[in-house]
Amino acid sequence: MSDIAIELRGIDKSFGLVHANKNINLTVRKGTIHGIIGENGAGKSTLMSILYGFYQADKGDIVIDGKTVTIKDPNAAIASGIGMVHQHFMLVENFTVLENVMLGAEDSQILNTSISKARVELKRLEKEYALEVNPDALIEQLPVGLQQRVEILKALYRKADILILDEPTGVLTPPEADHLFRILGQLKDQGKTIIFITHKLREIMAITDEVSVMRRGEMVATCKTKETSVEELAELMVGRRVLLRVEKGAANPGEVKLAVENLTVRDSRGVTMVDNVSFNLRAGEIVGIAGVAGNGQSELLEAISGIRKAVGGKVLLNGQPIDVTAHVDPRDLRDRGLAHVPEDRHHVGLVLKFEEAENGILGYHHDKRYLKGVFLNTKAIQADAEEKIKKYDIRPPNPRLKTANFSGGNQQKIVLAREMERGPDVLIIGQPTRGVDVGAIEFIHKRIIEMRDQGKAVLLVSVELDEIRALSDRIIVMFAGRVVGERDPDATEGELGLLMAGVEGRKEAAE
Amino acid sequence: MSNPYAKLPGWAEYGLIPLINLVVAFLVAGLVVLLVGENPLNAAYHMINGAFGRGEYIGFTLYYATTFIFTGLSVAVAFHAGLFNIGSEGQAYIGGIGVALACLWLDKTMPWFVVFPLAIIGSAFFGAMWAFLPGWLQAKRGSHVVITTIMFNFIASSLMVYLLTKVLKPLGQMAPQTRTFEAGGQLPKLDWLMSIFGLNLGNSPFNVSFLLALLAAFGVWVLIWRTKLGYEMRTMGHSPSAARYAGIGEARITVIVMMISGGLAGMMALNPIMGEQYRMQLDFVQGAGFVGIAVALMGRSHPAGIIPAAVLFGMLYQGGAEIAFEMPSISRDMIVIIQGLVILFAGALENMFRPAIGRAFAGIGRRSAVAAQTRGA
Ligand SMILES: Nc1ncnc2c1ncn2[C@@H]1O[C@H](COP(=O)(O)OP(=O)(O)OP(=O)(O)O)[C@@H](O)[C@H]1O
Ligand SMILES: [Mg+2]
Repeated sequence: MSDIAIELRGIDKSFGLVHANKNINLTVRKGTIHGIIGENGAGKSTLMSILYGFYQADKGDIVIDGKTVTIKDPNAAIASGIGMVHQHFMLVENFTVLENVMLGAEDSQILNTSISKARVELKRLEKEYALEVNPDALIEQLPVGLQQRVEILKALYRKADILILDEPTGVLTPPEADHLFRILGQLKDQGKTIIFITHKLREIMAITDEVSVMRRGEMVATCKTKETSVEELAELMVGRRVLLRVEKGAANPGEVKLAVENLTVRDSRGVTMVDNVSFNLRAGEIVGIAGVAGNGQSELLEAISGIRKAVGGKVLLNGQPIDVTAHVDPRDLRDRGLAHVPEDRHHVGLVLKFEEAENGILGYHHDKRYLKGVFLNTKAIQADAEEKIKKYDIRPPNPRLKTANFSGGNQQKIVLAREMERGPDVLIIGQPTRGVDVGAIEFIHKRIIEMRDQGKAVLLVSVELDEIRALSDRIIVMFAGRVVGERDPDATEGELGLLMAGVEGRKEAAE
Repeated sequence: MSNPYAKLPGWAEYGLIPLINLVVAFLVAGLVVLLVGENPLNAAYHMINGAFGRGEYIGFTLYYATTFIFTGLSVAVAFHAGLFNIGSEGQAYIGGIGVALACLWLDKTMPWFVVFPLAIIGSAFFGAMWAFLPGWLQAKRGSHVVITTIMFNFIASSLMVYLLTKVLKPLGQMAPQTRTFEAGGQLPKLDWLMSIFGLNLGNSPFNVSFLLALLAAFGVWVLIWRTKLGYEMRTMGHSPSAARYAGIGEARITVIVMMISGGLAGMMALNPIMGEQYRMQLDFVQGAGFVGIAVALMGRSHPAGIIPAAVLFGMLYQGGAEIAFEMPSISRDMIVIIQGLVILFAGALENMFRPAIGRAFAGIGRRSAVAAQTRGA
């Protein structure tokens, strides 16, 4: 038995003109955690999709356990012992954990015997890998961290020896991510091989044994994690030195641009998600809203931007009231100088089936410059898109490409370019760098600070505490729908962490 | 990664796959013909010959196609905004009122080219109004158009029975229909167009409303891909949440799109009323509204696909009538079965052959890459 789990030899893949993978060679050792990093669109997901049988390579061989295999679909991948946890989970929402785990892997026509067998096996797996999750819980009722655990259980249930995780931490809160890393450590100790894609270099340093770097479709380096550093990896990825923390001068706050007073918002089930929240946002400052995901930040953004009705409170934009408790037209808010980068770019910020240029005018399609009477001015729209593509380095630089075919980070840049290039007075941004590579993060952060220095008011929501601390001039912490404290950006991580967990907050509120 | 199907070249996507679906539909239909004890090759011959064998047959095929282009476009426009308008049937029926009123009013005094534009406006207006109500009910009250448009089909049908027996029928006439229009209410045939190809139109009712249908198809293309309204419709059709974010009013779009859809359906009435029968009869729509759903599905809601799909269904209608005539053991219902199979394979089972074709393409791609490599070495 060799100690090599997977060997990819000369893998090549093109999508039309896009050469996504160029002659890729990769060796993954058994029983290791192998990190793969690379810029947005470097071809990481494509390579993994080839390994998992979603795509067929144009050229090249896949060698598993010393045998050359053809993986023509995911079933073949599973048969070869490969399991994959997708960034967007593939679970049936209204099935239980147990049903999801056994779906497609029932070993008998009679469901009852399958179920009881599966239950026993699931219990065993849970014990062995400390992956506790209630087998009878419905998926839709589980937080994302647990849903991900179900994905891992699914792979293990199918006897996967090799586990691929494509950006698994993008959706996780820090404690959930820590837990995931403990699980991965355990799996490794049991002899499983793990391929781990991420944009967070800290995670690479923390848990991987080896790391491979991709750039523009090529595999540019593979090294032992111990022998490298965050700075070196960032440079390998982008091909130049990267500022991992942007520099910014002192803020110069001016008049109040956005005033939120006693805002209360309920979700569709009637649960109060934002509870009597008040704060001010001034010109020339960045206010960050920190908090563990699901503590009302999303609903707060939605209410301010006119997507969700509030049940009480007031919002003033440039001193003029927004009727947040009645029907608000987002178009009207845009005209009044508010721009909004929504958290969910796939469902809200973009129409994935549109061409890139079409998404470049979403929400601004009333603008005279994109129209000729009732007709679209396709030339102007195209030219506008090309300009933004250049300025924001969106790749591939093709405004006619379907948006779904851009990588995640480039999709994010499409939204940012659209909202920032308007020069709004108030910019509200949700998760600006989710799934975005270090080079692009540097760029986006610089642009956000530039906006501030031009006297714009920026409201930032992010689950990345690092990002909040790096950008904000003031930090507001939300817990359970309430503002539990305000801090300077030099507050320690520990202090903010306690606030976010609702520990400090309760004390403060009691005082 | 959500798309498990390999990407196919355009010609395979839009040409090969529909063709294969069609061939399979015909093969299965052939089996049914075998089952009733007839020779499927014979039936195929009568079908093709009956649809294209002579200038006159072609004229009939294109006459039906004209009708289906209008209803296909009607359904497709609504599709693009994520609305499923099952009411084209009723909207076309009510659209007939507009045509009939224009003709009854002016046919004796004005030439056809004066009456025609008025009839176009009238048919579109009545069709649009019939679609406005379900659209408005969905926008304001949340009643789903799929349900309400079906109900409106029944209401339209009862209403027309009433109008044609009590109001529009001339005194002393038995049949529930309007009087026959004079010259001003009769559209010219397109014999000049046929004679360019050296064909004789014969008795077929192929008329200028065909040109209007082509114009409408172009208009729909412009509307959907080149106007602001079309952009808003597509946004809503692809992603209602993105539409809300972009400030695109769902209620407004729903009402407008339903009216455009209804207007297109209404214009279908021009073809049978002014182009063939020269009067409005009971049930002149004859299910064309429902065929429109199949045409839109098969044409992938794109005008460039809807026109050939409409011709195909025109062929099934015309050729089918010929089969029924030549082969008495095959009734007209057979044709309905064939149409059903086409809808089944082209619409519902659209993706059935896709994975296999995708694999075949991937295989060819790999082999040729390997071949290129070995040649290079
Ligand atoms: N189905 C497709 N059709 C056309 N182009 C595609 C398709 N899938 C991916 N691409 C292109 O291939 C390239 C590689 O994409 P891939 O998703 O592998 O990048 P990635 O490294 O995973 O990026 P990210 O970090 O942003 O997820 C990109 O330029 C992308 O636009
Ligand atoms: Mg990716």
